[in-house]
Parts: sequence; C-alpha cells; structure tokens
Amino acid sequence: MTVYLKQSALIFGFTLLGEALSRLIPLPIPAAVYGLVLLFAALCLKIVKVEQISKVSDFLLTILPILFVSPAVNLLESWGILAPHILPIALIVVASTVLVFIVAGLISQALCRKERKDGSDS
Amino acid sequence: MDLIREFSMLPLVVTILAYQFGLFLQKKWKSPVFNPLLIAIILIIGVLLLTGYPTADYQAGMKTISWLMTPATICLAVPLYQQLQILRKDWKAIMAGICAGTLASLFFIFIMCRVFGFDQILTTSLLPKSITTAMGTALSAQTGGDEAITTAAIVITGILGNILGVPLCRLFKITDPVAQGVAFGTSAHVIGTSKARELSDLSGAVSSLSLTVAGILTAVLYPVLTML
Repeated sequence: MTVYLKQSALIFGFTLLGEALSRLIPLPIPAAVYGLVLLFAALCLKIVKVEQISKVSDFLLTILPILFVSPAVNLLESWGILAPHILPIALIVVASTVLVFIVAGLISQALCRKERKDGSDS
Repeated sequence: MDLIREFSMLPLVVTILAYQFGLFLQKKWKSPVFNPLLIAIILIIGVLLLTGYPTADYQAGMKTISWLMTPATICLAVPLYQQLQILRKDWKAIMAGICAGTLASLFFIFIMCRVFGFDQILTTSLLPKSITTAMGTALSAQTGGDEAITTAAIVITGILGNILGVPLCRLFKITDPVAQGVAFGTSAHVIGTSKARELSDLSGAVSSLSLTVAGILTAVLYPVLTML
C-alpha cells in the first residue's frame, strides 16, 4: 500500500510546484499546465520514472472526465449570458472546429510528405 | 428534501452513476453522440431541474472530488512522455501542424467574437474551446471567463470533431496517419482522439500528443489575446 502513498506524494508534489509557479509568474497560466510541463521534463530527464507514478496517474486519468460534470452543470447558472447569443456561438463552435481540423491536418501532411521525400532523396 | 440535502455523498454517487450510464450507452451504440460526459451533464441538469435540488448544494457535494482536477491534469504528462518515443521522426511536421491549428483557432474565434460583438466574458469563455477540458476550464477561470460555457463548448467541439473528422479527411484528402492524428488532437482534444485511435494506433498516439501540446500552446498564447 505504501506504493500508492509514495506515488500520490510525487503527483501532489508536482501539483504544489505548479501552484507555486502559477503564483510567482504573473501570467494567467493555470497551475495544471506548469505542473504538467514540470512532470514531463522530470520524466524526460529520468528524474522520475513512469513506474514511480503510473498506478496513481492511471487512476486519476480514469476519473478525470467525471470531474468535468460539475463545472458544466453550472450552465444552469450561466444560461442568462448564453441564451441571447446561442446561434452565433453555435456557428463559431462548428466553423472553428472544421477550420482547425483542416489547417492542422493539411499543414502537417504537407510537411510529412516533404520530409519523407527529402529523406529518400539523400 | 431537507433530509436529502444533508447527504453529502449523494451528488457524487449520482454523478458517477450518470457517467456509468453514459459509458453503457456508448458501448451499446458506438456513436460519438453518446459521449459519456455529455450524457452525464444532460442527466444531472435534468435531475436538478426536475427535483429542484439546489445547484449550490450539488456543487458543494462535488467539492469532495473536484480538488483532484489539477493533479489529474498533470498526469497527462505520462501518456505524453510515452508517446514521444514513437514520434521522434515526424517531430517537425507534427509541431508545425499543431501550431498552425492552434493559431487558426485562437484568431478565428477572437475575430468572430468581435464581429458578433460578444463581451469579454463570452470571448474568454470560447477561446480555449479546442483544448482539453482540464486546461480549458482552468484557463477560462483564471482570465475571467465562464467555466460552464467553456466546458460545454469544449465537449461539443470534441463531439463535432469526432463525427466530422473522417468525412473531412476524405474531403480534403488527409490520408497520412500522422496528419490525421494532428488534425483530430488539435481540433477536438480527447474526444477527437478516441476517433483517431479507431483509425490507427499511430493516429491515436499523435492525436494525444497533439492535444497536450495544443493545450500548452494555447495556455501560453492566451494571455496575449485576452490583453488585446
């Protein structure tokens, strides 16, 4: 059982570091993003091994979607802001999703092909 | 009602059951419309409206678990690290696609919000709609957006990407599995990634890498846009 304690301590430790950075650096970047980047760097530099956190991180990643239910349920409270603009919002959501999909897909595909071609030439 | 409101674990148990029900429907019909998160949200809103159970009490009940949001988001570093090993060779193409997609998303939404004359709250709530819920809601909350609108926009974006992705790939001849992964992950985060995983393992891995990088990139670029 101490495995879970140690793994939790590591993950909460990175959360704490993220919170500290989020307070110290005057940008509106959330603690989670700093923590994620720090943990990623620690994994790349082999300071932390995947096995040292995998049990607890697997559990947290599994329950993550459930944590979003309660912020979304607040739509009940935000309906007043949302209702008068519902059509333009729907348009923005649909159009931007399609646009991003096409831009990201076509640009990476063009570059992938170019790199592979360059690679086979040399 | 007064007695029921005293059970502090009730909101959590009902929420988990609603999510499980969503998972069951998704397994049965295998359609992205049956997204477990969307189903849980609709069910809970329905139950609150029907029973008159106060939203504030529901939120207070969910506090027993919602503090796990930040540590759980940080754990996204683990799959990101594991996928990185596979993707070294197409590194540049992947990054360029994610950057282009993220910039397109931020500028398009920002301009459209100005065109429609939306206020600051609505604009900041919609800007992070293509990134994963954990990062998007956190960003929105920190910059004065409305978390609920952001969450709803994010989930609907994910479902749209999941449904429209394959037809869009066909229409625009996006056939490369790496490019398909970048498209799904950058535009439709985790929900899009589940579709990319169905196409191929490589697309799935690239897609989850893309959603994380797009999230970090948005977090860095976001402050600039909200200051304009």
